[in-house]
Amino acid sequence: MNLIVTHAGFRTTIQDLGRIGFRQFGVSSGGALDLHALRVANLLTGNDDRAAGLEFTQGNIRLRFEDERVVSWCGGDYEVCVASHSIPRGHSTLVLAEDELSISGPRQGWRGWLAVSGGIAVPPILGSRSTDLRANFGGLDGRALRDGDELLLGEKSDFARSLIDLLNERRVSSWSPPAEWSSTARTKPVLRVIRGCDWDRFNASAQHALTNETFSVSPDSDRMGVRLNGPELHRNDDVDLVSEAVAPGTVQVPPGGRPILLLGDCQTIGGYPKIAHVITVDLSIAAQLRPRDTVRFQEISLSEAHRLLFEREQELERFRIGLSLQNE
Amino acid sequence: MEIASVGDSALIVRVRDRFEDVPEETLKDVLDVFRRLENARIPGVIELAPAYTTVAVFFDPVRVINDTVEPNRATECLTQKIREALTRGKRKQRKQAAAPAIEIPVCYEPEFALDLDHVADHARISPNEVVDLHSTAHYLVNCLGFTPGFPYLTGLPKKLTTPRRATPRKEIPAGSVAIGGAQTGIYPQMSPGGWNVIGRTPLRLFDPQKDPPVLLRAGDHVRFRAITRKEFESLKA
Repeated sequence: MNLIVTHAGFRTTIQDLGRIGFRQFGVSSGGALDLHALRVANLLTGNDDRAAGLEFTQGNIRLRFEDERVVSWCGGDYEVCVASHSIPRGHSTLVLAEDELSISGPRQGWRGWLAVSGGIAVPPILGSRSTDLRANFGGLDGRALRDGDELLLGEKSDFARSLIDLLNERRVSSWSPPAEWSSTARTKPVLRVIRGCDWDRFNASAQHALTNETFSVSPDSDRMGVRLNGPELHRNDDVDLVSEAVAPGTVQVPPGGRPILLLGDCQTIGGYPKIAHVITVDLSIAAQLRPRDTVRFQEISLSEAHRLLFEREQELERFRIGLSLQNE
Repeated sequence: MEIASVGDSALIVRVRDRFEDVPEETLKDVLDVFRRLENARIPGVIELAPAYTTVAVFFDPVRVINDTVEPNRATECLTQKIREALTRGKRKQRKQAAAPAIEIPVCYEPEFALDLDHVADHARISPNEVVDLHSTAHYLVNCLGFTPGFPYLTGLPKKLTTPRRATPRKEIPAGSVAIGGAQTGIYPQMSPGGWNVIGRTPLRLFDPQKDPPVLLRAGDHVRFRAITRKEFESLKA
């Protein structure tokens, strides 16, 4: 059964948890820019958390379903409606055959993720269904969705079928995960960072500015990175660095002094100094930064970053187990 | 060897400080570290990526942390396992003959060689001499990056060193062979880029349907062979 894309919106792409194992060949990890949000949405539809869903960057999207499915969405402050009824973030919602799902907004934030029980069944390429827009492969023909596309959906799991039965009357679930997992846009976003390996190359005023001043998001930001305006960050030295690995979350600073916060589609290597790295847990917030938003950085320790990630993972596991008990 | 964090999910092993002095030796050491770490199969390590002087070790902190490893010891534990893997056993001195160079056919005709005249002017030689120099040198793949399958090659004759263009092009055609500073490389897919384009290869450098998806890998030896426009068409077909 298919999902019909009546209105594709702006740069809506198929994404899963990304492409792992091919960085040595220059292939970006990609995937949903907020991996956690997609995992949460997947679990709420009865999917394995690794299933492929849709990442959208603005509204004006309309989808039509050919059969009944459970859907769930997380991310920015969008208005998502099924058959003209608004459906809340971070819930399981039953969609019937021929129902239309529309997405408009966002009032706040920038991106959202929609999971559908069964997942989007495009063939995996290099171990992932994610769309690589820079190298034009993966997802649907390596491109963003267009009006009229038809996406094959995978088979519903047994758990998804039992969710469909459970949601038969109320349509929208009573259960939902912690609100900060599904609603990730922040009015005054603060991203926690650990020091980068090139921290000591920066002068004292750059180090001070990074964690004490406010930066604003430049319009030329995309899935590769968020370009930031604000105080310029300058170095003590001007040694040319040998290119080495960068990763989503890396804050690198080109010679002009304007930092770039790298996101999922970033290149695999870079030669700019790395002043800091946004912690994995806060990439969820980073993925919501929209042109002209302001953002601040706060320094924490590496072990604190690991503790936060470990705790969230344990909570997610508890949530998954709790969810699976809903049908007993 | 220094081991530093690149965020909370990657470590970087710095094998050497500099690259350009002895690229071939450096690359041998880096690839040796890469293979040792690959063979060590350290729990929680997701993937490894060599680049010039370093090997990056990407890991899932959640899988490194377990009953005996508290979150505050995750990095320490992993670093220790990496160090153990690097000291285990002697470095294999493979005395085998160097692998033959992979030949890349390149059409240097004006239609494809957008910046050949510029490179020639910069070197104060004729375009034909640029082609001769470029297609007779031996090259080494340092690293893949920028876009999937893009090889950074050392071995460019010094004379051909040309600074990157002040304003990058928005679209460089797939297969374009180009010079950026002291390196040469090949754009596997249409992409923006600031290198000086001097020719085009009909070969496909990146094919996601293949395993491995790339034509060239770090450590490979490469030579370019000048071909005519007609050969280009027949090889492309």
